[in-house]
Amino acid sequence: MQQLVDSIIAGGAFGKNPPHDLIYVLFIFIFSAVVFLGVAFPFAGIVSWAERRVWARIQSRVGPNRVGPQGFVQWLADGVKNCCKEDIIPTDADAPLFKMAPYLVMLAFVVPWAVMPFSQDLILADLNVGILYFTSVTALTVVGVLMAGWASNDKWSLIGGIRSAAQIVSYEIPAGLSIFPVVLITGTLSMQGIIKAQGWSPNHWFMFSNPFCFIAANILFISALAEGNRTPFDLPEAESELVAGFATEYSGMRYLFFFMAEWGNLFLIGALITTLFLGGWQFPRITDNRILINILQLVTFNAKVLFIVFFSMWIRATLPRVRIDQLMSLCWKYFVPISFVDMIGTAIWVAIWPYGNPVAGWILFALGVVGLVLFMRRVIYYFRQSKMELYLNPTI
Amino acid sequence: MTTLRTEEMTLNMGPQHPSTHGVLRFIVRADGEVMREAIPDVGYLHRSIEKIAEKVGYHGFMPYTDRVDYVCAMFTNQGWGMASEKLGKIEVPKRGEYCRVIAAEFNRLASHLLSVGTMAMDIGAITPFTHALREREMINDLIEELCGARLTFNYMRIGGVAFDLPPGWREKALAYLDHLEPILSEYDMLISFNKIYVERLANVGVITAEEAIDYNLVGPNLRACGIKWDIRKDIPYSVYPDFDFDVPVGTGQWGKLGDSMDRYMVRIHEMVQSVKILRQALKQIPAGPVLAKVPRNFKPPAGECQIRVESARGDMGWYAVSDGSGYPWRVHVRTGSFAAMGIVQKLSRGLMIADLVTIIASLDVIAPEIDR
Amino acid sequence: MESLAIYNRAKEKFGDRILEIVDKKHDPWMVVDPAALVELCQYLKDDAETAFDCLSNQSGVDYKDRIEVVYHLFSYKHRHQIVLKVKLPRDGAQVPTLENVWKSANWMEREIFDLLGVNFEGHSDMRRLLMPEDWIGHPLRKDFVEPLEYHGISTVRESPIIRLKP
Repeated sequence: MQQLVDSIIAGGAFGKNPPHDLIYVLFIFIFSAVVFLGVAFPFAGIVSWAERRVWARIQSRVGPNRVGPQGFVQWLADGVKNCCKEDIIPTDADAPLFKMAPYLVMLAFVVPWAVMPFSQDLILADLNVGILYFTSVTALTVVGVLMAGWASNDKWSLIGGIRSAAQIVSYEIPAGLSIFPVVLITGTLSMQGIIKAQGWSPNHWFMFSNPFCFIAANILFISALAEGNRTPFDLPEAESELVAGFATEYSGMRYLFFFMAEWGNLFLIGALITTLFLGGWQFPRITDNRILINILQLVTFNAKVLFIVFFSMWIRATLPRVRIDQLMSLCWKYFVPISFVDMIGTAIWVAIWPYGNPVAGWILFALGVVGLVLFMRRVIYYFRQSKMELYLNPTI
Repeated sequence: MTTLRTEEMTLNMGPQHPSTHGVLRFIVRADGEVMREAIPDVGYLHRSIEKIAEKVGYHGFMPYTDRVDYVCAMFTNQGWGMASEKLGKIEVPKRGEYCRVIAAEFNRLASHLLSVGTMAMDIGAITPFTHALREREMINDLIEELCGARLTFNYMRIGGVAFDLPPGWREKALAYLDHLEPILSEYDMLISFNKIYVERLANVGVITAEEAIDYNLVGPNLRACGIKWDIRKDIPYSVYPDFDFDVPVGTGQWGKLGDSMDRYMVRIHEMVQSVKILRQALKQIPAGPVLAKVPRNFKPPAGECQIRVESARGDMGWYAVSDGSGYPWRVHVRTGSFAAMGIVQKLSRGLMIADLVTIIASLDVIAPEIDR
Repeated sequence: MESLAIYNRAKEKFGDRILEIVDKKHDPWMVVDPAALVELCQYLKDDAETAFDCLSNQSGVDYKDRIEVVYHLFSYKHRHQIVLKVKLPRDGAQVPTLENVWKSANWMEREIFDLLGVNFEGHSDMRRLLMPEDWIGHPLRKDFVEPLEYHGISTVRESPIIRLKP
């Protein structure tokens, strides 16, 4: 970010002797406003509409398509409706904690956007402990959820809050351990550093660089889903049992805060996986025009993140819920040992091939492509069998 | 060292709840996540239908029987029709019986589709619910053509059925059956090979065969415990002896015999058998009248009788007492869900709260049947 | 086995405590003395020839002069069923519970207690099932008069059509 501003000042846009600090602050202010007001919060809203459309097509129905073109304004309408609702706080609820809980959860969602690497220059703060910052700040959700569960003065909310806290805290461990292989390979914790160590072609991505990283990528994805309270791990807000879990007593905008944080978390999950394992914003160097290349990298990053977001929605529509004891046993008995094995395996790999093994990259990439082709064949077989001409139209 | 004193929580899974099948209330005594006991509290849907029978007469009671179990209204209709016919010694014409069987088996399909869909939704997967309801919509449309209603049909009368099959209906029904068969195998594959489903359903709520008989469980709940008992085969009524079908029994291959997975699979296989019966019935249906001549003021001689009908939720026992006047003296329905609720309290000990939802969904409990 | 054969067999064992055997074309039934009920049912359940392992239905019927509790027993082993009846006076109707013989009797007896007012001696949980806990009266009785209000909600309401009359 600083280099970009420097190059703009050097280009003479601000006159002869500009006050550098003020211009930095101005740019950071503008950029963070754009990121938060223009990307983070609208994304949280738009993904609610997108999720409903994706689910609806999977469930052979249509989804919101009335409010605005293709129902695009549905999320704004929902937001306005929720703002107009009565703000109910139960009489015996702990009012200060009750009010503060959604803000904490929203904070855990908003703050990691500071290290979101949109392209090589568009990052708000390229901390040299970027990934560590990311994972530690997202853990603030636990505090907010526990507060919500307790302050609601409702036994069901309490159960939901405690389940959620246990789940998030447990799944932090495989998530953190799965970040280790990447850190071992690159030697740096900064987001841009990790992306720059990868290449633009898939066989240079860390996901395909060695088999342990491949497994670590999957474990990280699943743990990140569990941390974000998404199905198959959405037990805390299991609708069929606890109405809305820790958020039962909330109404109106307070309720929506929890869910905006959850939907927005999808982007963060996607960004985490993309940065660490899928090559981030890497794009082949086809021009030297800085602005153009930044735009192409931005598009690449968003495309990869949105694919992971779509994948999360797909999983949520398909899979049932895992019970709390099965969830815990999955984490502690399976994921944690596998993460340790990954870490040690990657350490041995890096000791043998410090600069990576391109052959392994090609082999794993080929395996990945084969898996994808087999999967698509099955999908196409079912499409052909179902004769669903109507259902193939997404814009009905 | 002092041990921690933990209290037992008493939770209320209240009458309004997204997942209990109808208006059921459970008082759950839980120690954290593990339940000590879940005590059902029923009666929220009690409409005193049995007392209403004593006021409205034999013919007039037929629409009320729909509401005893609104998801399988055809079976309740058939039960009351058969009870009145046994009391009044009326013979239903052959075509009427075939129409009854066709309507009943379509209703069994619809009811099982709903049960399977809601069970998947209670476990957490939202998609099979919409797919099951998509198929059920087509059955509703078919039955709407037949009798005019989509849920509470009031299609059967004492002595037969109200309307004959409309022209062209047979072909539509057969086309629908062709459409449904591959989808049923899809449901089978969707659930049985999904590890998460198997983990949630297998070994949960195991009912042994002796317990099932002792608690008077019926229908798919009983067959899932390994007992091959189906009223249509064993105490045949109507024209069921004319059809060739199988009675699916639980196998216990995913867990113990008599767990929730068995109950689920028995329902899926029963749907396949229903399709088989329907095909045969639609082919073999003879010509003739559909309704026997029953006088308007139907006065069966004094007496009593008991009828058992194999409804989608199990064997529904109708006990009717007549005193010779045009109004029944006593009508009593013993439904499958009533018996199933009796066993929930015992099954719930030691399970988790998430499993309570699974048990209720797998026992296919419907609130109006319990309370009437 | 035929129902009548089973009844005669029971009559041989229990003698006078079987009050009458009524032979009807549809479902012949046997009337039992309430005091002998549990013993008879246990015998019917344990005996290898009859083996009635299931209480398929239990209903109460309110005749003007008495209340009858009707039991339909069924055997999965031999696939036969019989009907037992117990005749009780309307005031103070008491029958020993069959809960310890067949567990399905638990809820069915609660329902009969709730709706008809028959007390089952020895029942583990004799409280109302379908009606609210504080309801007064037994609704299925023929002489039941609905109370005029319940918790302040009136049960009497004139038909709205009355207001349409000119």
